[in-house]
Amino acid sequence: MKLKGKVFKYGADINTDVIIPARYLNISDPDQLAGHCMEDIDAEFVDKVKPGDIIVAATNFGCGSSREHAPLAIKAAGVSCVIAASFARIFFRNAINIGLPLLECPEAVDGTAAGDVLEVDLEKGEIKNVTSGKVFMAKPYPEFMAELIAAGGLIEYTRRRLAESRD
Amino acid sequence: MIVGKTLAEKILSEKSGTDARAGDIVIAKVDLSFVQDTTGPLTVRQFQSSGIGRLARPERTVIFIDHAAPSPASSLSNDHILLRDFSRRSGCILSEAGDGVCHQIVPEAYARPGDVIVGADSHTVTAGGLGAFATGMGSSDVAVAFGLGKTWFRVPETFKIEVNGEFQKGVYAKDLILHLIGKIGADGATYKSLEFHGGAIKKMNMSGRLTIANMAVEAGAKVGLFPSDGTTRQFLVEVGRGNDYRPLDADPDATYEKTIRINASKLEPTVSRPHTVDNTALARELKGTKVQQVVIGTCTNGRLEDLAIAATILSGKRPAPGVRLIVAPASRTVLLEALEMGFIKTFIESGGIILPPGCGPCLGLHQGALGDGEACISTANRNFEGRMGNPKSFIYLGSPATAAASALTGEITDPREVM
Repeated sequence: MKLKGKVFKYGADINTDVIIPARYLNISDPDQLAGHCMEDIDAEFVDKVKPGDIIVAATNFGCGSSREHAPLAIKAAGVSCVIAASFARIFFRNAINIGLPLLECPEAVDGTAAGDVLEVDLEKGEIKNVTSGKVFMAKPYPEFMAELIAAGGLIEYTRRRLAESRD
Repeated sequence: MIVGKTLAEKILSEKSGTDARAGDIVIAKVDLSFVQDTTGPLTVRQFQSSGIGRLARPERTVIFIDHAAPSPASSLSNDHILLRDFSRRSGCILSEAGDGVCHQIVPEAYARPGDVIVGADSHTVTAGGLGAFATGMGSSDVAVAFGLGKTWFRVPETFKIEVNGEFQKGVYAKDLILHLIGKIGADGATYKSLEFHGGAIKKMNMSGRLTIANMAVEAGAKVGLFPSDGTTRQFLVEVGRGNDYRPLDADPDATYEKTIRINASKLEPTVSRPHTVDNTALARELKGTKVQQVVIGTCTNGRLEDLAIAATILSGKRPAPGVRLIVAPASRTVLLEALEMGFIKTFIESGGIILPPGCGPCLGLHQGALGDGEACISTANRNFEGRMGNPKSFIYLGSPATAAASALTGEITDPREVM
């Protein structure tokens, strides 16, 4: 799958409390969650983000609380993928489980500025900075995770496996 | 040559029926799975859409109502209704508002050394204090663990944290873990197991071990593990579960990615400054930093031992003018014991506000949200921007002693000055 969008760039340790504050955790509709995405650190994000746009951040993206609302809010805001130097582990699992693609690539983070346009080839893990012309390669997923992603996340993967075992 | 195993490798080997080694992906049996009231509703919905239908083991599945308890808003009350309904229909255990924080009740009532525990809350790691491989996950992962009684793990590499020497007066487990996180960083142990050893750990009580394990995730770790020993046995006997005890330790020839040595006698009261936990300083270096609110409690430091330390410092005294003192015991059991010991009376006489057992103001949902520009010192585990309900406020983290001392002076204070 090919993704293309404009970059919103953030620093290190972007935690799930700022991605979606706890006061909104009682919201279950992803579109409503999206309306509050990043609001405590970037009040303009929700107004500016367009479908396909890409979040680029430094190390430890998604640290803190285990709330799955965080990747849900980012995805529903229209963000097509998140590229970071590194991800916190619970967020990493959650994003895969709900179908938000993540790419780990410190070089791409260093080589990208806010507002740049990126093209991402998810299968190859290739990140092309259209603005600068530079190309970067992300770390490939472990095989087991690639299977989960291909199935559309954990819940879908489980449903299929259960259906197979009942056949 | 057969090489020995770390605690994480041992537990995951046993629960997966494989020779689990760091880097392997295994499917392990889950001994306990739980959610709380902010992650629970999404877990229930994911469980329903997974098509699994039934809980694998209702008697080892728990829903905790602790994060917004009692509910401050009708929307949250409706979430609570959904959780109660699910509990009734599925047969799982419900821990009601007022029973306490999940991470306190899990060690009190459920966790056993050698268990695999998954919870839809990042501080699930707390139960590592008694030797359980306990880790936080999101709602989808826990929904599947609810239904299948198993989940997948990448077996983590392990950092051995070797702590020797005697803690000085006024220095506690909280200061040790804040020091460690300051040293290795908020992502210093991402995906790793932190395994605690050494003379100072052998002598540490269960309350201190749980405090340290609780904050392993603040360095990014998957688990914070302690060997199960005589202290673990004593704790389990005290909570009426002596039969759940089993000794458990890493093999002497286990392979560690690295070893970090800490001399406990060199530690001083330590504080995390806004807005990251690894932004640490010594309490004495922050003298003059004013606070308007002091919080003693939470899953990090809301146990009887914590309240005892704070009560001793506060006894017969009042907070400085303009300081609100909030105390939230971690569980109903802790509250009852603190009542019997007279600590609650001390706090009330010292001008404190007692909150019901639960998460209290830690995550900004109710009971002690901060105003614009206000600063709070809390015994909790997180000081992120906006965490306590207001991105224009400032959160400092410290031990119960540092928090209590700061309440008396109205500024961040090294507790040794008032002890």
